Amino acid sequence: MKSLEELKAIRAKMQGQVGLRAEDHTHTRVVVGMATCGIASGARPVLNTLADEVQKRNLTDKVSVTQTGCIGLCKYEPIVEVLEPGKPKITYIKMNPEKALTVVEQHLVRGQVVEEYTLSAAGDIK
Amino acid sequence: MYRSHVLVCGGTGCTSSGSQQIIEALQKELERVGLTDEVSVVQTGCHGLCALGPIMIVYPDASFYSMVKVEDIPEIVSEHLLKGRVVTRLLYKETVTASGVKALSDTDFYKKQHRIALRNCGVINPEVIEEYIGTGGYAALGKVLTEMTPDDVIKTIMDSGLRGRGGGGFPTGLKWKLAKQNEADQKYVCCNADEGDPGAFMDRSILEGDPHAVLEAMAIAGYAIGANQGYIYVRAEYPIAVERLKIAIAQAREAELLGKDIFGSGFDFDIDLRLGAGAFVCGEETALMTSIEGNRGEPRPRPPFPAQKGLFQKPTILNNVETYANIPQIILNGAEWFASMGTEKSKGTKVFALGGKINNTGLVEIPMGTTLRTVIEEIGGGIPNGKKFKAAQTGGPSGGCIPASHFDIPIDYDNLISIGSMMGSGGMIVMDEDNCMVDIAKFFLEFTVEESCGKCTPCRIGTKRMLEILTKITKGQATMEDLDKLEKLCYYIKENSACGLGQTAPNPVLSTLRYFRDEYIAHIKDKTCPAGVCKALLSYRIDPDKCKGCTLCARNCPNGAIIGSVKNPHIIDQEKCIKCGACMEKCRFGAIYKK
Repeated sequence: MKSLEELKAIRAKMQGQVGLRAEDHTHTRVVVGMATCGIASGARPVLNTLADEVQKRNLTDKVSVTQTGCIGLCKYEPIVEVLEPGKPKITYIKMNPEKALTVVEQHLVRGQVVEEYTLSAAGDIK
Repeated sequence: MYRSHVLVCGGTGCTSSGSQQIIEALQKELERVGLTDEVSVVQTGCHGLCALGPIMIVYPDASFYSMVKVEDIPEIVSEHLLKGRVVTRLLYKETVTASGVKALSDTDFYKKQHRIALRNCGVINPEVIEEYIGTGGYAALGKVLTEMTPDDVIKTIMDSGLRGRGGGGFPTGLKWKLAKQNEADQKYVCCNADEGDPGAFMDRSILEGDPHAVLEAMAIAGYAIGANQGYIYVRAEYPIAVERLKIAIAQAREAELLGKDIFGSGFDFDIDLRLGAGAFVCGEETALMTSIEGNRGEPRPRPPFPAQKGLFQKPTILNNVETYANIPQIILNGAEWFASMGTEKSKGTKVFALGGKINNTGLVEIPMGTTLRTVIEEIGGGIPNGKKFKAAQTGGPSGGCIPASHFDIPIDYDNLISIGSMMGSGGMIVMDEDNCMVDIAKFFLEFTVEESCGKCTPCRIGTKRMLEILTKITKGQATMEDLDKLEKLCYYIKENSACGLGQTAPNPVLSTLRYFRDEYIAHIKDKTCPAGVCKALLSYRIDPDKCKGCTLCARNCPNGAIIGSVKNPHIIDQEKCIKCGACMEKCRFGAIYKK
């Protein structure tokens, strides 16, 4: 290695990966419903898109993407919940990989909830 | 990219309990369910909880599974990795609480620890250089080569207060300064990875879990003193550590982090491995260097010190693995950061290998000044089977015992020496009321006699005579004059031996004599072993009131020493009894006792 820049480039690339192994539980949790209902309606590509994007953007020190089981709202799957410390839980419904990218961009990076994807926007559940 | 990382410990402890088979089964199962693109399997170094191996951690949720078996893999994959449901029955029980699962870092074992030397152990894959770089690796070397002068580096290490972790506790910065001051056409940087104390394995774990940290630190040391060649002297009995070091050196050369003109600074540095054949004396610095030179590993008198004339008669520094593992962090975080931890004269942290009568056998890193009580009761999880703590042995064959009366002493270099023990390289063997202190002293003496290189008389013959007296004591054949002779011999050997091995060999005897003289006297005068260990001094008896005559003991006695008929109390024939204790183990009525 002939310059510090080369080292920094490798570090930047790896940080997202290794950062996944942080023990800190104070950061934002993004939880994808991965029960049979979730998987059947396409939760896996959503989960993978979220996980990839969070790592690409080096957000792993602040955000962790995990799965969960069925939360009982099977007709709204794939469901993604965003739990930020100290804020109310946001539930996104009928997700797909494109919507997942928007959530990362708008919600996780800029801190703006994507209202139109949320459960409350669906209108028929209060 | 992977959404989940499954870390499986590949340290020696977990490897011996079958972690390689776990990794294979896991990979096969992931392939079967088609998760190989989503879940990455990472083999790491030691996590410290060796007693609970094989260990597996699933990130990002950090679920800590212990004692995983190959049969558990399909369940972990289908439940946890596919559906996100944690397999609670396999979780480390300390992390499971009534209110849910708590983080590993909040468990008693990890809460009081502070990991600097072990920071990457169990976190990164030691065989992938990029993972080390991803956690800040080689940034310290970059900083040193581009921003600091050799004098800056030495000043930082001196200000940090770092002392040699191999046991001696010599200030590391001062060692480097002395080597820098000596002008020469060639200098060397050596790493002492000849870890020989029985029960100590922290250096092995660092080499297995984070080998690049040692390479980086050696390059930093090379820059500081003006050396371009390093040697790591590691024992051949550490095959995993040797293998990982070889991989790490090859990767560092490939990435040009070793070799010519590192970071375009004009600084050259390379490292080679030298394998030791396992002689304890080769951990002594002059013997180690003699062995690297290709000669029989024997110590030579100092002065001249290695900083003046070391390896191949050139100025040399020799530091221990754990010392090196601290260096990159000190460079990155500053001397003040490091000096803010620990006690007045002992800064930073120390890694201990906890063993013996303790629940959490394993590797712990604690700030200097932590009390023995915290280490044993909180981190170590106490003594098994409700037994009472008797003493902790630190420093291996060169060290001594810390008795229960010093349970609250803050552990640092000077405190341990003041109570007749020493830090040593960091082995800590916990003993309970069932351990005989004379027997412990004899165990360490047997080791020293075996390992004495024979070059100087006090050590070669003196330790042998000490062992003979100790054997007499444990057989109940010694007199009080023998005890005096033993003590005199201790001081004579301490003062007259050529190297550290001989000078410290009497320590286990001196320290047990200091705190447990009554046990020695009981062996000599009363011909009894209070802990019931020394076979020659005890006999097994059957309590006729408790014996139901079930004949189980008689059937299990390997020497046919138990006589008796069904439903009548049995008797042990003392002439025939070989004192193996099999009868006592088998008896269901507690009728057999030791006397």
